[in-house]
Amino acid sequence: MNMNWSRKWINPVLDKEFRLRMRSPKSMLSVLLYVLALGAVAMAFIYMFLYLGRGGQQRFDPSMSRTMFYVLSFAQLVLIAFMAPALTAGVISSEREKQTLSMLLTTQQSSATIVLSKLVSSLSFMTLIVLATLPVYSIVFLYGGISPKQLVSVFLFYLFVMLLLGSLGILFSTLFKRTIVAIIVTYGVGLIIFLVTGLLFLFFMGIVQRNYMMSGATTPPVNSWVGYILGLNPGGALISIFEPTFSKEVFSLMSGGSTINSKAPIQLWLEFVLVYSVVIVIALWIAIRRIRPVKRGRLGRQKTKKPVETLGE
Amino acid sequence: MIEIRNLSKKYGTFEALKNISLDIEKGTVFGFVGPNGAGKSTTMSILATLALPTSGTAKVGGYEVTDYPKEVRKRIGYMPDFFGVYDQLKATEYLHFYGASYGIPRPDREKLIPQLLDLVNLSNKADSYVDSLSRGMKQRLCLARCLVHDPDVLILDEPASGLDPRARIEMREILKELKLMGKTIIISSHILPELAEMVDEIGVIEHGEMIAQGKVADIQNRLRVKKVIHIRTLDQENSLAEKLRDEPFVSSVLSDNTGVHVHYSGDDAQQSELLRQVISWGIPVVSFQEAQSNLEDVFLEITKGGPSA
Repeated sequence: MNMNWSRKWINPVLDKEFRLRMRSPKSMLSVLLYVLALGAVAMAFIYMFLYLGRGGQQRFDPSMSRTMFYVLSFAQLVLIAFMAPALTAGVISSEREKQTLSMLLTTQQSSATIVLSKLVSSLSFMTLIVLATLPVYSIVFLYGGISPKQLVSVFLFYLFVMLLLGSLGILFSTLFKRTIVAIIVTYGVGLIIFLVTGLLFLFFMGIVQRNYMMSGATTPPVNSWVGYILGLNPGGALISIFEPTFSKEVFSLMSGGSTINSKAPIQLWLEFVLVYSVVIVIALWIAIRRIRPVKRGRLGRQKTKKPVETLGE
Repeated sequence: MIEIRNLSKKYGTFEALKNISLDIEKGTVFGFVGPNGAGKSTTMSILATLALPTSGTAKVGGYEVTDYPKEVRKRIGYMPDFFGVYDQLKATEYLHFYGASYGIPRPDREKLIPQLLDLVNLSNKADSYVDSLSRGMKQRLCLARCLVHDPDVLILDEPASGLDPRARIEMREILKELKLMGKTIIISSHILPELAEMVDEIGVIEHGEMIAQGKVADIQNRLRVKKVIHIRTLDQENSLAEKLRDEPFVSSVLSDNTGVHVHYSGDDAQQSELLRQVISWGIPVVSFQEAQSNLEDVFLEITKGGPSA
């Protein structure tokens, strides 16, 4: 065949996943709905600021388009948070429910190939959806204010968030027999990552600030540990990509305080990537181990001998 | 080809398999028989590397299933009792997927798949989507799937379940062909006459225990179920059954609405004496005939008294 590269890179599981995914009309519909949703956000933003703000006298200038970029990027992040669990938390358990998993597991495909191929296939589809929203972003580029580098970083960040939610989705899909349970648990963990970390940050920030006020100190302590909590939140990490000074502000206790000389111990997005990379690796490792029955401990039990091959029917 | 030693499997406190041992020679068709939930599927999924035994060993082609699962998978074709198909794939694509998953290169698959479809009589459905196939066709497609990597052993869990009589006959014909190809086949069923004419050996399993195992004829002999006499009367089955129990050479008596079934070990002379005896009791006999004992009788005979063998 002329497609040598595909034989090298696309294993049978991936090939099947791609085929099934792209054949289902549901997939096309989800691309459509997703782009419509993000387009609606963009239109609503333009309408609100251009026609409602300041009695309709507002100009759409580069700073406005930058704000719009932020709004779009956050909307996209929320959409991803909703989409990723739905697309990944069923990949293993639905095969179990449709009773195709046992036959897949008796083939020569390794557990890692099966799990990773399913992850890659879902990620590819999500990437397709996210890339399909680029035309919406073109409105931003029409007015300037955003560098292509920022756009690329934000999209790479999305890819990472999808990888994170996707790995968790596949983990729960492997651990739980039923898809619906896997999806709910994945959304639950997603909620912790997206919402609870943010709330915890605000909560502890409040306490630390209050203690500081009570103590009556005149110089704020440089760099509070509370900032690390926001680094676990995708929203915080995303803002730190937009505004490199944001991390510094988060770690210093009082916004606008004497923070000129202080430096952020770590950029929030970098912390986010480092911490959750570990989560991703652990999630995938467990999923790969648990998709097939876990071998009992070898202690006190010797491996049986491999038979001597005697060919001769 | 298959060697099972003291295999046990527990799910919590429930013992699905208790110390099962089994040897199946190459080329043998082994019928796994037992009521639902007896442990047939558990044994088969252990052999298919899908479940781990709690203790004991199982070897396929000399390879222990938990130590060399990959080698074992190469050698077996497994058909689960319940299975699904990928709806959005065509029959050929379905086989291509599994073929590729077993590492068969595409040019080889191109040649192989039409042969497989031909074997299971689905050549005319090659380009149909799998979900448009009937249940029997899906079952045959799944059987073809088991064969893509030319395994030595076929593990077929209830391959005929849920099929209409015609589809069953088709399935049986294919299995006969596979037997001729020299495959070692383990086939489970709770419908015994299905298996009767094609299995070489049977193993009867109940409550996780192998209660009888061996060549069909041996088991019949061992249980001395020489013949079954079927007697139909004018509505006096119960009193006849009662009286027959004390007769010599009668090992057991079953009566149902079709008549009285007597497991009898006497010879022809003694049998004619029995008929005279029955008539002398004044029972209106409508028919008195000898039924060839088949697997089903063996099965009933073995299982009615619980584990004994």
